[in-house]
Amino acid sequence: MVVALSATAIVVLALLWEISMPWIDRRLEARRLRRELRRAGHPDAAYDPGRERRAEQRARELLKSCVNEEEWAMYRDLGFLRVWGGQSDPEGPSDLRGVDYAYLVYPHKPIVAYLPQTGRLLNEYCVEFPDETRPYGSPRLPDSDDVLAKWMALQGDERRIISEANLHLPGRQIDPRQIQRDLWRLGRWERERLARALRAGADAPQLAEPADG
Amino acid sequence: MRPGFGEQLIAEGDVEVAEEEQALIDEFRRQLDLGMWAAVPTTRSDGRREAEMIRGFDEIPHDTSRVIFFPRAAGGAA
Repeated sequence: MVVALSATAIVVLALLWEISMPWIDRRLEARRLRRELRRAGHPDAAYDPGRERRAEQRARELLKSCVNEEEWAMYRDLGFLRVWGGQSDPEGPSDLRGVDYAYLVYPHKPIVAYLPQTGRLLNEYCVEFPDETRPYGSPRLPDSDDVLAKWMALQGDERRIISEANLHLPGRQIDPRQIQRDLWRLGRWERERLARALRAGADAPQLAEPADG
Repeated sequence: MRPGFGEQLIAEGDVEVAEEEQALIDEFRRQLDLGMWAAVPTTRSDGRREAEMIRGFDEIPHDTSRVIFFPRAAGGAA
């Protein structure tokens, strides 16, 4: 009995050893690389737990400095951006002749194309910006940088980023109910924003009247 | 933009100074060779902000103050 249990334990240990060896190898290799970088005085070498938080903070500032004020407020308040599509040429070859369409841009999620007039979802475009310089740093851009990269690519060369993306029907990665909820939130957010702007516009002349009079 | 780090200054200089312009051109090419995309935030005459993708140093608008490099897009989560 004892012999059988011992033999089983030895087999289990041997299997665990086989399974964990590649992982241990990778950890040791990464550690060795970090030590070499630290010795060479490379700034990326030391692990810094606050690095990604600071990176996201910088990314938000960069995004704010690039997009329109309305888009920044949308991202800040709702967590996504709407970017209008530019390929709905009335004379164009696509199905969208003259029909306005837009994209919802989420951090680290597919770009979702939809028709704002009806709320109909068109496609999901799965796209990412992979780090070519691994193993250093995180393989992902900070959230706001990911949004900015998508925004710039859609603004600057919509066809190119759409052609690079993997095209899927809606619902592949993002629940269509969540998107419909986000579209509803966006509509309400825009109405409230418009109402605030109208109120501010109505208040401004009243405040100015005494000075004029 | 760099994964895990966010925005980092890669190079800066004055294009009116020949040496600095050459350094900027070299860095621009190096970034594209690394597989990065380059974009320039722009502002239309009506104040609307947009972006232009840049493929060559000579495409950079003269009035721009920065070029943003970010990793090339690839299809994800197939």
